[in-house]
Amino acid sequence: MENQKVLLLGDEAIAQGAIDAGASGFYAYPGTPSTEIMEYVQHSKEADEGNIHRQWSANEKTAVESALGMSYAGKRTVACMKHVGVNVAADPFVNSGVTGANGGLIVVAADDPSMHSSQNEQDSRFFANFSLIPCLEPSNQQEAYDMMFYGMDFSEKFKTPLLMRITTRLAHSRSGVVLKSKRPQNSLKLPEDGRQFVLLPSISRKRYKLLLEAQTKFVEESENSPFNVYTDGADKSLGVIACGIGYNYYMENFPSGSPNPVLKIGQYPAPRKLIERMAKECKTILVIEEGMPLLEENLRGFMNAPLEIKGRLDGTLPRDGELNPNLIRIGLGLSDNTGNDVPEVVKLRPPAMCTGCSHIDTYKALIETVKDVYGDGHVFSDIGCYTLGAYPPYEIINSCVDMGASVTMAKGAADAGLFPSIAVIGDSTFTHSGMTGLLDAVIENTNMILFILDNSTTAMTGGQKSHAYGKIKDICIGLGVNPEHVREVVPLPKNHSEFVNIIKEELEYNGLSVIIPTRECIQTIGKKK
Amino acid sequence: MKRDIILAGVGGQGILSIATVIGFVVVDQGLYLKQAEVHGMSQRGGDVQSNLRISSDPIYSDLIPAGQADLIISVEPMESLRYIPFLSRTGWLITSTAPYVNITDYPENDVLMNEIRKVKNHIAIPADTIAKEIGSPRSSNIVMLGAASAYLDLPFEKLEEGIQKIFGKKGEKIVESNLKALHAGRDFAKSYIA
Ligand SMILES: Cc1ncc(C[n+]2csc(CCOP(=O)(O)OP(=O)(O)O)c2C)c(N)n1
Repeated sequence: MENQKVLLLGDEAIAQGAIDAGASGFYAYPGTPSTEIMEYVQHSKEADEGNIHRQWSANEKTAVESALGMSYAGKRTVACMKHVGVNVAADPFVNSGVTGANGGLIVVAADDPSMHSSQNEQDSRFFANFSLIPCLEPSNQQEAYDMMFYGMDFSEKFKTPLLMRITTRLAHSRSGVVLKSKRPQNSLKLPEDGRQFVLLPSISRKRYKLLLEAQTKFVEESENSPFNVYTDGADKSLGVIACGIGYNYYMENFPSGSPNPVLKIGQYPAPRKLIERMAKECKTILVIEEGMPLLEENLRGFMNAPLEIKGRLDGTLPRDGELNPNLIRIGLGLSDNTGNDVPEVVKLRPPAMCTGCSHIDTYKALIETVKDVYGDGHVFSDIGCYTLGAYPPYEIINSCVDMGASVTMAKGAADAGLFPSIAVIGDSTFTHSGMTGLLDAVIENTNMILFILDNSTTAMTGGQKSHAYGKIKDICIGLGVNPEHVREVVPLPKNHSEFVNIIKEELEYNGLSVIIPTRECIQTIGKKK
Repeated sequence: MKRDIILAGVGGQGILSIATVIGFVVVDQGLYLKQAEVHGMSQRGGDVQSNLRISSDPIYSDLIPAGQADLIISVEPMESLRYIPFLSRTGWLITSTAPYVNITDYPENDVLMNEIRKVKNHIAIPADTIAKEIGSPRSSNIVMLGAASAYLDLPFEKLEEGIQKIFGKKGEKIVESNLKALHAGRDFAKSYIA
């Protein structure tokens, strides 16, 4: 494949890059816009031939921990997730900065500015920043591919994990990528220092000092990185620092070259010397960052720097949302090129549950037994296709916060005296983060009903295999839910009255009930045909 | 050479089949390509688009800058209008007239067609009907590609070749019906502006 040019999504370029850079394992939990990394590896013939690990993990925390274990054993590995997945994996991630790595370890976080498919638009670079872990931010598909080689080398040379941060547009955009020659996988090799991974306070304190000392080298590496490039420009009234794909949006406005000096940043910690040069030569600096103003805030400092900094914090660029070439134009004081307005006849078209979806039958039963009887405010939902029950005509759910929160929010509300207190969670989300919350409810026999909507798949992200498959009832009973109050039903229109009766019976019971509506997702059935 | 194309539709309508054929030709011609797609939540019946950028020079942004699209190709009439702010003053709007109604406040057909006619360069094409007439109801997307073919600045024979390559795995019959759809779309567009 060497030197061949292939069309790849940003996600696919990362996957192919890691395979070619000798990765032995991928660990991930699905989440837009990161899902296609693992899906690509699962369909890759090379991954199959190389016996590369490519099964989904239960959640992002288990993914990062498994990757850390593979790195411990001396092999190269990648853990992939969407930005909010980094919150779930934060404990192992932050601590992996202190343990350091053995085999090359890269954690890929895919951020979603403008929240196309997410609850928030947090910027994963902050995690790298406060964990003191170096971070790579590619500006295009080719860099994403190349950075897997660079990152694995860096990780093994400095014995540190790395974070690669991408955003939706790179993840889901296709472009030509030239491939490099493939490297072999590492063989098993344990850490030289047998206590490197033992974070007892006495050892942690030493390791943390080592991590702090390493920062000087990390900055030096950034200053000499091929991904941090200073291009001089004639007009020094303004210098531009452009991070990741922010660079593209800036350059799009100057096809024949930037009139101003530009510092393109693709590797952190920020390259100090290059920034100092710009500060010396330019009066004003515009910072273009996709996501949150991390670097801009650092440059401004608390007391504001003597030189003028422009960016998202002074209104030159919008404070939130995704950037694009036109927003940069406007920020630079150039003409706004936007065409005519969207005509008024164009209506919003939000996503919706599919015709024939099993979740619809569950919601119809819940509307009749809960919403119509007790009014609104009783159904805590979770994250999955069933979250679309927030839209008309159902408008049945009252929360969606983070994976697993339905169970524990219903518990807290029940503790506060709310009746009925209902939680609705999908099968994949249940094994991701719902089981521990259910155990809390079991211990106190909380008066609530948990619905585990088993459609045999992780539907919202495109139908990945669910860890819960065929196991939900056993898990609930194993956790200690009274078997008499673990109820199963097939959510179909013809079973509506049976379903309604089950709910009514469990509403009568003063304790914890679990109802498991079980019917396969119609999308995955369709795909099998 | 530069072409910035917005492909529009509703999640599930398969707009990416159009992109795949164009992508094949672009790579074959040694041109640069960037193709931003929508994956995720909107695919469940929400509005979806793809930004397809083709150029003889390297391309920076994955997104088409506002007011710079040369073409909007939409497989759904209301969706074609959602991206008007991206269309350049000289750009073309090429849309199917078959509505996809999955919301309660979907506009009346006349109102919608009026708005489409307000765009100076437009082609409104009954792609579904044409696809049915040629006995290939599932190739309406390729009818749309045919209708847009004159504006792509790519050789028509190469589009035919692309269809052969991409649908080849599915058998000769599928290739034939898609080629027919491509031609029918092109012929309709010719008569529309004549
Ligand atoms: C921490 C975290 N990881 C991943 C996601 C992405 N995500 C949103 S919904 C979903 C799938 C939920 O599957 P399931 O609970 O089985 O419900 P279904 O969509 O099948 O109805 C995933 C993976 C997320 N929002 N948060």
